[in-house]
Amino acid sequence: MKYVTEYRNSEQARGIAREIAAAADPAREYRFMEFCGGHTHVLARWGLTDLLPKNVRMIHGPGCPVCVLPIGRIDMAMEVAQKHGAILCTYADTLRVPASGGKSLFKAKAEGADIRMVYSPMDAVKLARENPDREVVFFAIGFETTTPPTAVALDVAKKTGLKNFSVLCSHVLTPAAMEHILLTAPRREGDAPFLDGLVGPAHVSVVIGSEPYAQFARKWKMPVVICGFEPLDMLYTILMLVRQVNEGRHEVENEFTRAVTPEGNRIAIDLMARVFRLRDTFAWRGLGSVPHSALALAPEYAGFDAEARFGLIEHVVPDNKACQCGAILRGEKEPFECKAFGKACTPARPIGACMVSSEGACAAYYSYGRLRK
Amino acid sequence: MCLAVPGKIVTVSSAEEALADLGGIQKTINVSLIDHPQPGDWVVVHVGFALQKIDEEQAQKTLRELAALGESAACEEPAA
Amino acid sequence: MSEERRYFSIPIDVKHGIIDLTHGSGGRATAQLIGQVFGRAFSNPILDEGHDGAFLPKIDGDPVVSCDAHVIRPLFFPGGDIGSLAIAGTVNDVAVCGAKPKYIAACFILEEGFPIQDVERIVNSMARTAREAGVMIVTGDTKVVEKGHGDGIYITTTGFGERYPGIRVSGRNARPGDKILISGTMGDHGMAIMSLREGLSFGTTIESDSAPLNDMVEAVVKACPNVHVLRDPTRGGLATTLNEIAYQSNVGIMLEESAIPVRPDVAQACEFLGLDPLYVANEGKLIVIVPEDEAEAALAAMKSAPHGENAAIVGTVTDTDKGYVQMTTLMGGVRMVDWLNADQLPRIC
Repeated sequence: MKYVTEYRNSEQARGIAREIAAAADPAREYRFMEFCGGHTHVLARWGLTDLLPKNVRMIHGPGCPVCVLPIGRIDMAMEVAQKHGAILCTYADTLRVPASGGKSLFKAKAEGADIRMVYSPMDAVKLARENPDREVVFFAIGFETTTPPTAVALDVAKKTGLKNFSVLCSHVLTPAAMEHILLTAPRREGDAPFLDGLVGPAHVSVVIGSEPYAQFARKWKMPVVICGFEPLDMLYTILMLVRQVNEGRHEVENEFTRAVTPEGNRIAIDLMARVFRLRDTFAWRGLGSVPHSALALAPEYAGFDAEARFGLIEHVVPDNKACQCGAILRGEKEPFECKAFGKACTPARPIGACMVSSEGACAAYYSYGRLRK
Repeated sequence: MCLAVPGKIVTVSSAEEALADLGGIQKTINVSLIDHPQPGDWVVVHVGFALQKIDEEQAQKTLRELAALGESAACEEPAA
Repeated sequence: MSEERRYFSIPIDVKHGIIDLTHGSGGRATAQLIGQVFGRAFSNPILDEGHDGAFLPKIDGDPVVSCDAHVIRPLFFPGGDIGSLAIAGTVNDVAVCGAKPKYIAACFILEEGFPIQDVERIVNSMARTAREAGVMIVTGDTKVVEKGHGDGIYITTTGFGERYPGIRVSGRNARPGDKILISGTMGDHGMAIMSLREGLSFGTTIESDSAPLNDMVEAVVKACPNVHVLRDPTRGGLATTLNEIAYQSNVGIMLEESAIPVRPDVAQACEFLGLDPLYVANEGKLIVIVPEDEAEAALAAMKSAPHGENAAIVGTVTDTDKGYVQMTTLMGGVRMVDWLNADQLPRIC
């Protein structure tokens, strides 16, 4: 598989691991946060932490849009199908997330709600065209990777005057979430910064470019390396971060140059600016309220807003008291430090955000790494 | 961040649609977000959309850097 | 059956006919359906006796029985259909008991309105698979349910066989030091179905691997008298079956990712959907767990048998982390291969 297999060379992986071990100063600890849930998954699925020296620690960040999706918004999606009889189209990722009363979209579907799994927002547009007498709602979740496709779908719906299509918009923004993490991070012993570097998301950066991260590098004196999605990309990125720390640099470097440019995808960025507007605030599951961190539909597209069309109101649903997801999403705690982890809270019966998605820190740790301590 | 796979554009049917080959799987993808998509272009595909062209030159450069690192003679084994 | 012409003046219109409630009433219409469609395809001396049950010859070894219900959708897929799957599946279930499958009983629940053409197609497919496996379909039953109360067709199959003497296989028999072999590529069946069921348009046709494996089992038990476990991984893939075995035998399992064969198109389809091929269903694959000194013999036996060209040694049974399956990844790190609660779902994240 071109552009995939070449980045999975096991011999090269060992070589890069040796370089990391040689470069890492044994007198100090290196703490790098991989922001993106996809990267958490890459680390876990390939067992990459086994290849790292003990003093290089990966802290798992909140970049998992399913993990941070507020329970109240899943309730809204369910309401649209159950109470209003609409066809609710969703990516499979959200189907098993438990919402209010332990109900999930999957369970609601079993009870008769018309909830359908789609692979693209255009599938929802197609369903709307094929079912002119039904309302079709697309449950739009995801960071900036997934937002442009929703924008295209809305644009098409507007241009073709598709009356029975609407979007329940829950798109969130990466730079705002990163800022929040850095803002609320505690200090370590000796007043050391909580994080020594950030692994920048791969495909979000394809869209937004590498430029937006410059502010973090400057303001927080934080090395940032944008990282591709394959195991060799991750190992190379970690090496680049170690080198930045050793050399006292705090720059934005791009390891994923084959797909990420400084300016990103201008067509996508312009389209998103046209179709969406910034919400003042958004209640992230596990992180609390974060200002200017999420998107709603712009006035010219307001007619496609499912919240308005169906009079949906978001109720803030607090997480279980035992849940340590907030601390885990911010990287302050490890999954095994949560009392509920692996006992009351498992992928089969998740209590909190970090366990609900397969790339949440707790789910990844449980499924791939709970035997390695 | 999210799951995306590389694909090669086979034919472009309109400004919006193209047929891509994703490692042997033929799939219709939306190319509205790509500037002048051409047959033969490699793109990153996510939820049925091409998000960006893949720069072959940069890809080769990265592979060369990885290979050079991979042949590292550093003798320290990572701590077990 | 020459009697047919006497009692059934009008033959069933297989091409355009549909199943209706008269076919399930037990009367002449039922007999005609059974004779003209089922009996014709399955014909063998035991079945042709025409009794309600089947008179089986004495068997020498210990008897084995296994049964299965088949509700798969879609009914027809690249590489097979519900019929071939039913026969191969039950043949394999009997075979992995360390037994030679011999006879099958098949029950059909048909929905009113189901095309008889499709019944014939499925039934012929079952006959072909039975011939390939060398088993006889000796008895069965047919019922018809009202429209809306079935899914076209459901099939249940019960297989009978006789144990190979001296062979004792069980999910509890895996022992530390044993080697784990699989007979071929992982995830073919699940991805073949996935391509059709959700209307996913994959251009390359991924074919199901559904196949009877009794010849392979016979080769293995002849070459490896001390074989410990035989299993055919179906739903939930290799990972699920190995977790069951690790649990039942109270042992650890360590797999080697680089040794596990996966077809490139299946691998790519899995990448695309965010699925792990280890958890994707198979229908024509065999897991063999043998003491280390019989591993090479097992491998040779599997490779020499039909459908075994990609057989490989993929792991070892250990006495650490008992009850868990782990894997050394291509990158050299170790990760768990967990026991999933339910099916994998595709993901975008």
